[in-house]
Amino acid sequence: MTATARYKTKPLDCWKKAKELVLEHYMKIATAKEDGRLLVSGCAASCLALPAGLGDFVFMGGEPYGAVVAHDPSFSIPAMEAAEARGYARDMCGYMRNYLGSMFLDKYYFTGGPWPRADFCFGRSFCDAGHASWYRAVHEYEGIPYFCYDEPQGFNWSGSAEQKKEYLAGQLFDGIEWMEKVTGRTYDDEKLIEALKNFFRTEALWGEVCLLNAAIPAPLDLKSMLSLMPISMLRRHERCAVEFMEQLRDEVKDRIANGIAAVATERCRLATNAPPPWSFLKMFRYFEGYGVCFVGTLVYTVNSGEVKFLDDGTVIPAVPPEERGWPPMKDRESAVGTLVRWLFEHPFGFHVDWDRYLVSVAKHWKVDGMALFLNRGCPLMNTGLQDSKRALQEAGVPSTIYEGNFADCRDVDETLIIDRMETFLEGLGISKLPVS
Amino acid sequence: MGAIEEFEKVIAKRHQYAQDWKQKNGGKVVGWLCTYVPEEIIYAAGMLPVRILGSHETQDVTDAYISSIYCPFCRDALAQGLKGRYSYLDGIVHARSCVHIRNTFVNWERHVPIDFAYLMFMPAHVQSPRSKPFLTKEYGDFKEALEKWSGKVISRNDLVRAIVTYNTNRRLMKQIYELRKRDNPPITGAEAMKMVIASQLMDKAEHNKLLGQFIKELYGRDIGRETSARLMLIGSEMDDIEFVNLVEELGATFVIDEHCSGTRYFWDEILPEDDPLAAIAARYIDRIPCPPKDWPERRRLPFILELARAYNVQGVLLYQQKFCDPHEFDIPTLKQMFTENNIPTLVLEFDATIPWGQFRTRIEAFLETLTFNLV
Ligand code: SF4
Ligand code: SF4
Repeated sequence: MTATARYKTKPLDCWKKAKELVLEHYMKIATAKEDGRLLVSGCAASCLALPAGLGDFVFMGGEPYGAVVAHDPSFSIPAMEAAEARGYARDMCGYMRNYLGSMFLDKYYFTGGPWPRADFCFGRSFCDAGHASWYRAVHEYEGIPYFCYDEPQGFNWSGSAEQKKEYLAGQLFDGIEWMEKVTGRTYDDEKLIEALKNFFRTEALWGEVCLLNAAIPAPLDLKSMLSLMPISMLRRHERCAVEFMEQLRDEVKDRIANGIAAVATERCRLATNAPPPWSFLKMFRYFEGYGVCFVGTLVYTVNSGEVKFLDDGTVIPAVPPEERGWPPMKDRESAVGTLVRWLFEHPFGFHVDWDRYLVSVAKHWKVDGMALFLNRGCPLMNTGLQDSKRALQEAGVPSTIYEGNFADCRDVDETLIIDRMETFLEGLGISKLPVS
Repeated sequence: MGAIEEFEKVIAKRHQYAQDWKQKNGGKVVGWLCTYVPEEIIYAAGMLPVRILGSHETQDVTDAYISSIYCPFCRDALAQGLKGRYSYLDGIVHARSCVHIRNTFVNWERHVPIDFAYLMFMPAHVQSPRSKPFLTKEYGDFKEALEKWSGKVISRNDLVRAIVTYNTNRRLMKQIYELRKRDNPPITGAEAMKMVIASQLMDKAEHNKLLGQFIKELYGRDIGRETSARLMLIGSEMDDIEFVNLVEELGATFVIDEHCSGTRYFWDEILPEDDPLAAIAARYIDRIPCPPKDWPERRRLPFILELARAYNVQGVLLYQQKFCDPHEFDIPTLKQMFTENNIPTLVLEFDATIPWGQFRTRIEAFLETLTFNLV
């Protein structure tokens, strides 16, 4: 322990396994063709369990791929430029530009080799600034079949939820039939049910892990969580994700029981609303020098995970349908019905509920402040940012807004971010720790 | 007063018009933010639907509500609410279109006093056979909400009457647009735009009367100058009549458009069906789609090309509101489509106020190229 360290710390035991699972996934994408595996591409927040009925497949989620690329400017900048050369403007979804740029360059980040052409695109339309039009571009450029469903939840739409559920379920049935048609494979409902069980369980487990970070000292820091989250994001429909998340949850509990911190110097706990500027993850390390531990981000708690926000302002882990006494999934109809029910029980709640969610997690994580990210790379995420700030203020949670772009390093002013954050920390009475 | 002067008067005094209407008819005035809002149902409830538009002034009142990464139109529209210019509105309705304008709706609902706010889920998957029955049910909910709010039952006859009035409006405007196919159209692009914007602000029955008058006035009318280059204007929200005027003064005529204060607003009629709500739903599902509703296959582009050919278009101005991702998606493909069809394009990015000095040079150069091509 150094002089400024307050807690003991150690690396995660499951760290190596986490790295393996993520890399294995991306390599399975690269070798899908030669292995005879179906490659499906689409929005990563889609229900990844749906293609499982077709048999062996791997899902290339566009956003996580865009994030990984963003992390490496030497790959991302040429990709961005390739997208721009084809007319995609700089203010459009940054993840999408990294993805489309890679496709235009015919380069896959993980191998440096050719871009893995998917068998088909399958996704959801939730964000009108990306999703549906993004994969239409892929469909047109690569000439591959494309199906996308509309997801009518998450923005406090007026009117009854019943027909919205029916509309979503209907499209999912259509999507399954469409997949059978374009692949010529027979769809196995048993495989769908199995994948859905994994899907719900992984989401709930990852949500639980995120909430466990309420402990002081925090057993995990955001930087590590960002490396663990892709397992839940990309592989949540697989058994390996469930097993990993169980192992992680147990290890996190163990760390809490033994007072093992992620950041030995933790004395100020911050959280955020959004993904980070991926090209500038070192900011987290930098602020550890102030005793700051970033304990979580709302977006990945509810996007690659699931939690339940209660009316009294508390937040608890989500419970998978199987453990809640929901009617069992025994055929396609009941499986799709359960999925729709699950999605509607955990709405994304952008703008309207988002404020409430932010206040809930801020309190749950016992943060000293919130660093809200005005992310110029994602038009969806910034809706209601100012309202969120006001809601936090009313709840007595200090917050600041820093600007940048999660996917385009050319749009990240590191000095400005540091300045803004340092000023915020100064307001919280936090200064740099002496170097020991 | 000629019809054009009447349209101009309504546009200039839009707030006064709505307030006078309210006084005269005793009904409620409902603001809408996107052309996917089924005005017919609001009209059937005895209310006046009016489009909420910006004022094209610089402003900073929205900074505390909408981030600078959102389009100038959505911020300008909200600014009008925050400044109290729409204080006479009883309700506001939005139908899902893009992320940007939804910001305007949510902030309006939260920060501008309003009695009734309704956020409708308009399907983006309009190519799915599921969308029409779903939207019909959504309209049923909307109708019920209006009835509950106003205390007035909306009968089948009310709906049918509204449909007839709106269809008449569409048919008359289309008839006038038809005249623009002529070698020497009797109406300028700016005048056509005034007509359509007035339609978005007025009681459609009154607007229909003006359209009847306008059609008569157009017999043998001459715009008093050469048509010169025949242009098409394509993009998103567009109510900048001043811009259209300035371009036409440089020696060109807009003969057709595809934007939401033009064809995309009124082109498609409602076809008769037993259930009026289903008929309205079919219209909004099948209408020329906005870019975020144009998947998996594109229907918007073939329609645009057909229009360009029918109106003998020689050049296209593709404009885009700054940060408007829906249209940013379509612009590269549109450019490519026109290039393949030997129709030159010019892309312009709009802000709430127009940097006319910069635009002028580019537009003049564009028009010169067109004239050169024609020679
Ligand atoms: S704009 Fe944001 S929410 Fe939309 S697709 Fe891109 S990353 Fe996803
Ligand atoms: S479609 Fe474009 S111009 Fe219209 S509100 Fe959305 S972003 Fe703004």
